[in-house]
Amino acid sequence: MEKRLLSGNEAIARGAFEAGVTVGTGYPGTPSTEILENLTTYEGVYTEWSVNEKVALEVGIGAALAGARTLVTMKHVGLNVAADPLFTSSYIGVKGGLVIANADDPNMHSSQNEQDNRHYAYAAKVPMLEPADSEEARQFTKLAFEMSEAYDTPVILRSTTRISHAKGVVLLENPDRSRKASGFERNIKKYVMIPGHARLRHIEVEKRMERLGKDVNASPVNVIEMNDPAVGIITSGICYTYVKEALPEASVLKLGIVNPLPEELIRRFFSSCKKVCIVEELDPYLELRVKAMGFKVEGKSLFSSVGELDPDAIRKAFGVKTTPALPSSVQLPPRPPSLCPGCPHRTVFKILNQMGLIVTGDIGCYTLGVMPPFSAMDTCVEMGGSIGLLQGIEVAMDGSGSKSAAGVKMTAVGVIGDSTFAHSGISGLINAAYNGRKSLFIVLDNGTTAMTGMQPNPFSGERINGQEAFSLDYEKLGEACGIKNGNVRIVDAYKPKDVEESIRALLDSGSLALLVIKGPCVIYKRKKMKNKDKKPV
Amino acid sequence: MNEKNYNILIVGVGGQGIILASDILTAAALFSGLDAKKSEIHGMSQRGGSVFSHIRFGKKIHSPVISRGEADILLSLEQMETLRWINYAGEKTLVVCTTTRIKPPNVEEYPGDIDGELKKCRPFIIDTDKTAEAIGNKKFVNVALLGFVSARIGFNDDSWKKAIQENVPSGSFDDNWNAFLYGKKSFKEVHQ
Repeated sequence: MEKRLLSGNEAIARGAFEAGVTVGTGYPGTPSTEILENLTTYEGVYTEWSVNEKVALEVGIGAALAGARTLVTMKHVGLNVAADPLFTSSYIGVKGGLVIANADDPNMHSSQNEQDNRHYAYAAKVPMLEPADSEEARQFTKLAFEMSEAYDTPVILRSTTRISHAKGVVLLENPDRSRKASGFERNIKKYVMIPGHARLRHIEVEKRMERLGKDVNASPVNVIEMNDPAVGIITSGICYTYVKEALPEASVLKLGIVNPLPEELIRRFFSSCKKVCIVEELDPYLELRVKAMGFKVEGKSLFSSVGELDPDAIRKAFGVKTTPALPSSVQLPPRPPSLCPGCPHRTVFKILNQMGLIVTGDIGCYTLGVMPPFSAMDTCVEMGGSIGLLQGIEVAMDGSGSKSAAGVKMTAVGVIGDSTFAHSGISGLINAAYNGRKSLFIVLDNGTTAMTGMQPNPFSGERINGQEAFSLDYEKLGEACGIKNGNVRIVDAYKPKDVEESIRALLDSGSLALLVIKGPCVIYKRKKMKNKDKKPV
Repeated sequence: MNEKNYNILIVGVGGQGIILASDILTAAALFSGLDAKKSEIHGMSQRGGSVFSHIRFGKKIHSPVISRGEADILLSLEQMETLRWINYAGEKTLVVCTTTRIKPPNVEEYPGDIDGELKKCRPFIIDTDKTAEAIGNKKFVNVALLGFVSARIGFNDDSWKKAIQENVPSGSFDDNWNAFLYGKKSFKEVHQ
């Protein structure tokens, strides 16, 4: 078998290819993006950047029901968007295997929160696998497809930043590329979730999880490594590697499946160890469940629920000596991320700052408009949030508000990127027109989904594989959503006078408006050249 | 190489070729028959921020991140960044840093007290301009630095060659390989 150095994300894509996946969908989001970017390089796999995670999962469910092995990828907060189809897909099950590769971001290296998505697996009653390195990422992806079909359920493969973006040695196996989608077959009691059918399916879901709960005790990925019986550690994912580093003598129960938990195996581990502790990042997910089984165990009394762990955090918790580090007494100025030199977003944030407007912001590179010297953003919650929040501010301030320093009628604007607007901003725009809002929404269109590394979207005229695509027309869209009086304007980001004049005119117009500020991302072309010859692993 | 795992931390600022250098180094370890892992953070940090890459290799590597004080080599492409990550270095760490200084945004001047503080960790200072002149292009300084530390790490030339071949565009292999050899030679000169 050939050995290769792969990131966790590359390994997940490789595992999916080896498992015979023929459909892959997703929405970009750090640290999950490279999974689909790699899957698209393999022959015989249909891939798409979907408009958002909900649609990605819906397309995935459809493909799985038509019998294709299907991989759906997104970051942790993306699963919030896709939660609606997730919970009911658990009821209808699959035909071809359906695996959701979902990457959490402990420490929020590039995220707005550090939610622990293990809760989703428990809440939606679907199995969740958690690899500890790239090789396991490949193996577990294949196992996830087998489990999905054997237990008739979607399966979540959970990664974290340190798995997705770390590289390790992976053994390549021969891919099984003989699978063909077996086709959709009508099964309304299983696929049409009216209450009468869903009540029966819920019973099946509970039976499935009970069966899984027994079977996981014998799973080869739930492993007891007996060593010194004085201290036993229950752990999973990246934390397993930290435990092996910090406490090489400890006995370990390594969980490859974190939902459902192997109660019998856990019982056996407790009976073999004098004392058992749980090492997990973020929430006390394992701890609460193990405690509910009636065991006495320590976990979050030793570790923080905030940020990442590392070997030193474990050494400290267990009183193991750490290596002394060289001291440094100098205060270093930080290097906060900032908008690139020449970035088209710079103009508008400078103007918004000068005008003293309230700015509801959104998710993307342009969130950096909050940083000095621009300091031109007042809220950032989630994808598409700028559009909704602005309406709430307008409603609460009775439509007019006080006049801003700039002397314009409306005192607040929303800014959103092109990809984010397509993702979940458009429904907010329809809401604004429907409910009679007079807000100004500004789309910062740089022709790509830049923050996550230049993925095309419905406004960029291109698909994931570089194929030419239909590009959504702002003017027609604005008009169709209900924007009147020619209040859709498109201006050049590098013409500051036009940008400022348009913002003033549209704010003063007294009716709903959409301003599109266009300027291509400065690193887009460079990246495009670099990736031209990307080959599959 | 003995049984102990080897830890290298490469640090600098976005755009200096840190990720490429760490890809080459990790691949060279793999081609030398070792287990290897590396870890870095993509995303926000690419927008002009600090960049770091942990590389670990040996018989069996568990954690992809280095513990504080345990870097065998701290290789820094920017002076101030050396100090930002100095807590990964201990008494036995080889600290190598270039003369490059990149002013962070939003500060008037590069901090003045860097020199004195740097001296405390007894680094090998590599003159960036001199190196760039010798190898013909500033772009390959990162690979020259790999050549410099390669003398300490000790993989054979074939492993390095293959690792560089796999990670750089085919047209620039010769330039990169020359940069590597130059770095390797400089290490020997320093240690004579």
